[in-house]
Amino acid sequence: MINSSLKELSAALARKKTSAVELATLFLDRIEKLNPSLNAFVTTDREKALAMARVADASGKVGAGDTPLAGIPLAHKDIFMTSGWRTTCGSKMLSNFIAPYDATVVEKFKVAGMVTLGKLNMDEFAMGSSNETSFYGPVKNPWDTARVPGGSSGGSAAAVAARLAPAATGTDTGGSIRQPAALCGLTGLKPTYGVVSRYGMIAFASSLDQGGPMAKSAEDCALLLNTMAGFDPRDSTSLERPAEDYARDLEKPLQGLRIGLPKEFFGEGMDADVRAAVEAALAEYRKLGATMVEVNLPNSGLSVPAYYVIAPAEASSNLSRFDGVRYGHRAPDYADLDDMYSKSRAQGFGEEVKRRILIGTYVLSHGYYDAYYLQAQKIRRLIANDFVAAFKSCDVIMGPTAPSVAFRFGDKSADPVQMYLSDIYTIAVNLAGLPGMSIPCGFGNADMPVGLQIVGPWFGEAKMLNIAHRYQLVTDWHIRQPGGLP
Amino acid sequence: MSWEAVIGLETHAQLRTQSKIFSGAATAFGAEPNRQACAVDIALPGVLPVLNREAVACAIKFGLAVGAAIAPRSIFARKNYFYPDLPKGYQISQFELPVVSGGGLTIRVGEQEKFVHLTRAHLEEDAGKSLHEDFHGKTGIDLNRAGTPLLEIVTEPDMCSSAEAVAYAKALHSLVTWIGICDGNMQEGSFRCDANVSVRRVGAPLGTRREIKNLNSFRFLQAAIDYEIQWQINEIEEGRKIQQATVLWNPDSGETRAMRSKEDAHDYRYFPDPDLLPLEIAPAWIDEVKASLPELPQAMKARLASDHGLSPYDAATLTATRATANYFEDCVAAAGRENAKTCANWVMGELSARLNREDLDFVAVPLAPTLLAGIVRRIADNTLSNKLAREVFDALWAGEGKDADAVIEARGLKQISDSGAIEALIDAVLAANPKSVEEFRAGKDKAFNALVGQVMKAAGGKANPRQVNDLLRRKLAG
Amino acid sequence: MSLTLDDVRRIARLARLDVSAAEVDTTRDQLNGILSFIEQLQSVDTTGIEPMAHAVDVVQRLRPDVATEPDRREAFQAIAPETEAGLYLVPKVIE
Repeated sequence: MINSSLKELSAALARKKTSAVELATLFLDRIEKLNPSLNAFVTTDREKALAMARVADASGKVGAGDTPLAGIPLAHKDIFMTSGWRTTCGSKMLSNFIAPYDATVVEKFKVAGMVTLGKLNMDEFAMGSSNETSFYGPVKNPWDTARVPGGSSGGSAAAVAARLAPAATGTDTGGSIRQPAALCGLTGLKPTYGVVSRYGMIAFASSLDQGGPMAKSAEDCALLLNTMAGFDPRDSTSLERPAEDYARDLEKPLQGLRIGLPKEFFGEGMDADVRAAVEAALAEYRKLGATMVEVNLPNSGLSVPAYYVIAPAEASSNLSRFDGVRYGHRAPDYADLDDMYSKSRAQGFGEEVKRRILIGTYVLSHGYYDAYYLQAQKIRRLIANDFVAAFKSCDVIMGPTAPSVAFRFGDKSADPVQMYLSDIYTIAVNLAGLPGMSIPCGFGNADMPVGLQIVGPWFGEAKMLNIAHRYQLVTDWHIRQPGGLP
Repeated sequence: MSWEAVIGLETHAQLRTQSKIFSGAATAFGAEPNRQACAVDIALPGVLPVLNREAVACAIKFGLAVGAAIAPRSIFARKNYFYPDLPKGYQISQFELPVVSGGGLTIRVGEQEKFVHLTRAHLEEDAGKSLHEDFHGKTGIDLNRAGTPLLEIVTEPDMCSSAEAVAYAKALHSLVTWIGICDGNMQEGSFRCDANVSVRRVGAPLGTRREIKNLNSFRFLQAAIDYEIQWQINEIEEGRKIQQATVLWNPDSGETRAMRSKEDAHDYRYFPDPDLLPLEIAPAWIDEVKASLPELPQAMKARLASDHGLSPYDAATLTATRATANYFEDCVAAAGRENAKTCANWVMGELSARLNREDLDFVAVPLAPTLLAGIVRRIADNTLSNKLAREVFDALWAGEGKDADAVIEARGLKQISDSGAIEALIDAVLAANPKSVEEFRAGKDKAFNALVGQVMKAAGGKANPRQVNDLLRRKLAG
Repeated sequence: MSLTLDDVRRIARLARLDVSAAEVDTTRDQLNGILSFIEQLQSVDTTGIEPMAHAVDVVQRLRPDVATEPDRREAFQAIAPETEAGLYLVPKVIE
């Protein structure tokens, strides 16, 4: 059961081979047993989860055509507001914060009859690529607990990889779904900006943040996205488009598919083991009928520095609301109002978050705005234009998701810039607002998973899922599971 | 060499919407603390703003009313600073591309007219309120007002005295209430002014300005500017330099003092709000709003002057507020256009004085315009003298009688206009006062007035004074 | 462009983040490391390029002017550090 696809679970529920309560219990028991060594979950609540499961069982949604996921458990990244549940965003700032409302994404899954298992660990305020910035301690990679799971959706990736949940939500600002999916051997999709509502998703960098599904397969992701996506009047950046069935094209053959290979993604910086796995995957695609096209993304090398202006700038402002006045951590001792602010924030935020707030404050400050922020936004335009040009000659772009397999704890945490470069292949996609996904494509050094990144044009999700699914029909990387776990 | 002041005003007008500018919370005034502060207003994590269409419509209305340009595309920006009544740690405002730019207002000080240019008007959200009453030495924060839509209207530094500033503020107040985008309630903070004041020697370059925040009455505006001008002159004359500062007016001490909380004012780190997309206003929408605009005060003023032969002063007084103008127009409609001048006199005279005395305004006049028109008609047809008319006015004000005619009937106030009856009275008076008649004939004009007085007394005040005059002169001459 | 300790203190003050005397050197060094990494943006010629503030090129949607939000003060204040009489309490504000 723990290895089943969502479709299989749905069928088992429909045929009454299992129940929502039974499934929830199965995964809750697993979490209880394995989470202490993985630290993927920050919060679980058996009572709440089972209550939801009982509601699902009694709702008539299980087995119904329009709610295929009813009764199936999932877990939410702790960045999503979850009414009545503690919602920490990986931060001490929110260690006692019980969310008073549901994020749109959470509400949609609730309405679909899915059962919340708990809240998943993450880099603090989604700022990190290794899960080492969480106030609740790092998440361990289930493939090797001495290594990082990636970040910031590291808890989501580890939980699904270790089969503590059949699926999870994640968010991706610069690679936070794709990079941990790659490092933990999962399938993860960051949709086109505006496809998934950001309402109730604690903002890191508003113009880049996008929620998406993390699961074992592309098919699972398609089903999850069907529920997760859609117009939300509470989010001004949510796009008003007709609903889509993201699973509609899953089975389409790939004959004639043009895959763009940016030479910038295949240069120095990529480890040899990653390169070997990615190239093997491309060979597989050739067999499936695809042709390879060389494309250029000449400005993609600027994406990391541009991102580290834009994202901290937005974050510095987004995180101002955490001031100890209406919710969140308030310092126990202070001299006056400003001291209360400065101490509460200094105590409530971790080092990486503080660093980014300071950088963001600086690049927006008087006299520096044009040189940093405005310049970064112009470069963002150049980067986006590169993709527009590239998609004239190809249907999707492929390359590595991350330059290396999962690294060991502490390997990069001393040097922020080295850590930032973990997202070198993913960040440009966020800057351009494009959909991107990572699928498992083999194993590299130390038998750690390698991810293949697929980038599509705006609203190319269904096509990308089709491309991923066809690959997953002829490979089994996505159903491998970490050894050493029961 | 003498000094001159340079003054610019920034006015925050709360827009009359049902809900807030970026959330669905109600905007009604006076709710219990924080009961009209929804998740967006208190800035819970994860919430997002969505722009209220009506707030934009109000801005368009204003732009059209002041002859400004409406931006086809404008941008919302974040103004970042920490303050407990600012829940997000930033205010959503407009910075580089405001929705309205240019335009202006004509003001009048004494006999002088002046055009005050507007720099811009932009949409933004209001902050909450800090209550400094004692909560164990702490400050209480009420966020009901947070997110209320504001239009910030900024002038060029075109004014040079407190009188001009007040005239501008009054004209603006009249306009925003006239077009219905603001209730104008200054006590509730719906209309508040910040004044930028600097002084310089006549002809010298601009001096350093200080900004007086949150002036919520015309009286405070006047007093604060006067104080500030004098203070700045004194500083400079005593050899000190003016430092740019934000100051508060203390009405109790009659002084301004620098605000401590504005230390970071020079670095708001404005940037486009990534949660809000560019606001586009199509020409069709502007046309639609234009069609819904009422006649504007300037246009109405000109029309009243030309239609009814009113003086510019009278026309200006009658169009001071839309309620006054409406009252006057309703009154004229009922009294007849030929009586417009009498209507104007009564509206500006007796009625205004009475409203003033009873602390009322034209929004809630106890006397319907049709009732005042009834009085005017009876003055016109000589049924009532002015004196009797005032008595009828008082009676109707007190709620006595359903209209002027009913009061005249009930009180027997009908003026005696029958010349036979008046002649009889005159004859009797002349017979009884031979001495006065003699004096008049001897050239003493005063004696004539005494005789008129006697006739009016005999008539119990109801004789038509003009007829009494005419008939008496004829009799004495004959 | 390299930050001084005073720059760090000024930025920290703007951001309302207490940076202790012990941390300020390290903070400056780390920020300078990031800034020197970001510095490469300066060498790019972006003349005539329109800044990109949003990931998608759409315009603001407008909400009808209807009050839709119920009073949830009790729920919201249940998670507040300090309240009284329906107000959020903070250390005395000096305007």
